[in-house]
Amino acid sequence: MSSNRAYGIIAEFTTPAAIMHAAEKIRDAGFTRWDVYTPFPVHGMDRAMGLKNSKVGWFSFFGGVTGYTTGMLMIWWMNAVNYPIVVGGKPMFSPFSAFPPSYELTILFGAFGALGGMLFLNRLPRLHHPLLKNRRFAKVTHDRYFLVIETSDPKYSEPGTVKLLEQAGSNHIEVVEE
Amino acid sequence: MATKANSAPLPTVPPELERIPLVGNQRDIGWISDRVVSITEGKPPLWWWLCFIPSVLCLGMLGFMLAYQITTGVGVWGNMHPVMWGWDIINFVWWIGIGHAGTLISAILFLLRQRWRTAVNRAAEAMTIFAVMCAGIYPALHVGRVWFDWWLFPIPNSNGPIWPQFRSPLMWDVFAVSTYFTVSVLFWYMGLIPDLAVMRDRAVGKVRQFLYGLFSLGWTGSNRHWSNYEKAYLLLAGLSTPLVLSVHSIVSLDFSVSQLPGWHTTIFPPYFVAGAIFSGFGMVLTLLVPLRKLCRLEDIITMRHIDIMCKVTLATGSIVGYAYAMEFFIAWYSGSAAEQFHFMNRALGPYQWGWLPMIICNVVIPQLFWFKWFRQNLLAVFIISIIVNVGMWFERFVIIVIGLHRDFLPSSWGYFRPTWVDICTYLGTFGLFFTLFLLFMRFLPMIAISEVKGVTPQSDPHHPLGGAKHEERIPQSEGGLTP
Repeated sequence: MSSNRAYGIIAEFTTPAAIMHAAEKIRDAGFTRWDVYTPFPVHGMDRAMGLKNSKVGWFSFFGGVTGYTTGMLMIWWMNAVNYPIVVGGKPMFSPFSAFPPSYELTILFGAFGALGGMLFLNRLPRLHHPLLKNRRFAKVTHDRYFLVIETSDPKYSEPGTVKLLEQAGSNHIEVVEE
Repeated sequence: MATKANSAPLPTVPPELERIPLVGNQRDIGWISDRVVSITEGKPPLWWWLCFIPSVLCLGMLGFMLAYQITTGVGVWGNMHPVMWGWDIINFVWWIGIGHAGTLISAILFLLRQRWRTAVNRAAEAMTIFAVMCAGIYPALHVGRVWFDWWLFPIPNSNGPIWPQFRSPLMWDVFAVSTYFTVSVLFWYMGLIPDLAVMRDRAVGKVRQFLYGLFSLGWTGSNRHWSNYEKAYLLLAGLSTPLVLSVHSIVSLDFSVSQLPGWHTTIFPPYFVAGAIFSGFGMVLTLLVPLRKLCRLEDIITMRHIDIMCKVTLATGSIVGYAYAMEFFIAWYSGSAAEQFHFMNRALGPYQWGWLPMIICNVVIPQLFWFKWFRQNLLAVFIISIIVNVGMWFERFVIIVIGLHRDFLPSSWGYFRPTWVDICTYLGTFGLFFTLFLLFMRFLPMIAISEVKGVTPQSDPHHPLGGAKHEERIPQSEGGLTP
């Protein structure tokens, strides 16, 4: 539509049910580089888009394991190896007294894993996104629902995709520039 | 809302079983972001300044008191043999207890699928963070030589290095409280990301656009992102649940691992956690009952929400009452003369004036919440919520001061009195708390916008209000609770 390279086509919808059915259509048409943008997580959308279970759990799990191991090894090394001090005749290292700090470190590292994993998998933070320049798209955080098909999708063709989105029931379709 | 299924007619719901919507007046999802973000837009109202100026003055007083204490020494406080833990530890435990409701609401109620939590979780989480900040001041300063506080952390120092002594519950406490603070901030910030994007997309000034744009990290609301986000949120809730239970348990171990009568008991961890949630809900009600009126949030924080929070207060208050009774029973049942003396001294000794308000405020008055009239009367809820926190302050006073002032040898008995520095430092922490809270509600969304949107019927793709055609599905949720 203009000399700039197009990023993709955005199609606006006004209800969660409408965008869910549109997503099912796009999924069944075999598109791969597309996404749905909503003001809140719409339940059932992952299935409508054909998404797999999120992998954030692994980041959190390895964070937690690291935290627990770090805690136990740190306390053992500090209090029993590097500078042992007898306190009240207690053993230099006991897994029981070392447990509470290690437990807290498990949670601490696990929480960093969850947040960090989420940001990593989502490739955030990012300071620029073609969609965020679009004025109409700003309503996505308010009360509108958008379906975006990128031009890099192998099945993308401007007239064909626009027609498909029109059939899916979108009330407004436009091309967004890079 | 009546729908027709193709095959069989739907059973009609009798009116008394009709679900009460979580968001009142059938507000649509755009209204939610308009209403919540408008609190931060425009000039602050008069009442905000009337609260903010005294808070800042109190904060200044706190700064002065801390500077005086650091430059002079712990002697400016009333801590004196045999009561070596005075108002510092009372206020530490009191503030950290208040912080517990935020994590309970955001984590435990999330795992329990209590969808009403969305209306109050953001403000409660902010309250948690600020309360933990107030709490953190006391252990940092009560060591006397603040400049050696870094010895609490496993950082090599020039003396060997001598490492922290991890066999002490006080070290566990350092890890518990600092983890609690960090994870609460992470959880709070993650919840804020989509809402900061809401603020970014409607920001008018350049500064607002830049700052909200920066802190929303480029959030677009992509469903691929939401998928990871929801999983991370669930994981953080799952991690925060054992965390919140462990923090006040570890705080209670500071006491119960010692040998003192009245402290050395196994009931302490659950009893402290219940008391913490009790006081936390008291503070949530104290803050939100006036704020829902002042910020016109009655359709988001409905009377139903107030009602549920009153019931949680009643339940946890009753657990606390049970723990008080059980302590007395065990003292009698143990046959230990020292235990029995301690509890007689608690109820009838020179600090009876601290024990009686504890019982009246924590055990007797919250029982009024059995009556619907009290749960529906906002003035009564507000007053009782303050009484709850007065009572919980006296509980910590009873445990610490009465626990210490008469130990095994009558020759070392004493009587603790706070000094003016104790009192002014405590008042000053209110300044810190309210300053931060008022700034929070002016600059950040006080309600979790995207989460509240997610519990409205308009957001449910299987609900007629969410655009579902009536022949598709039977509506499964109406975004409400069974009464």
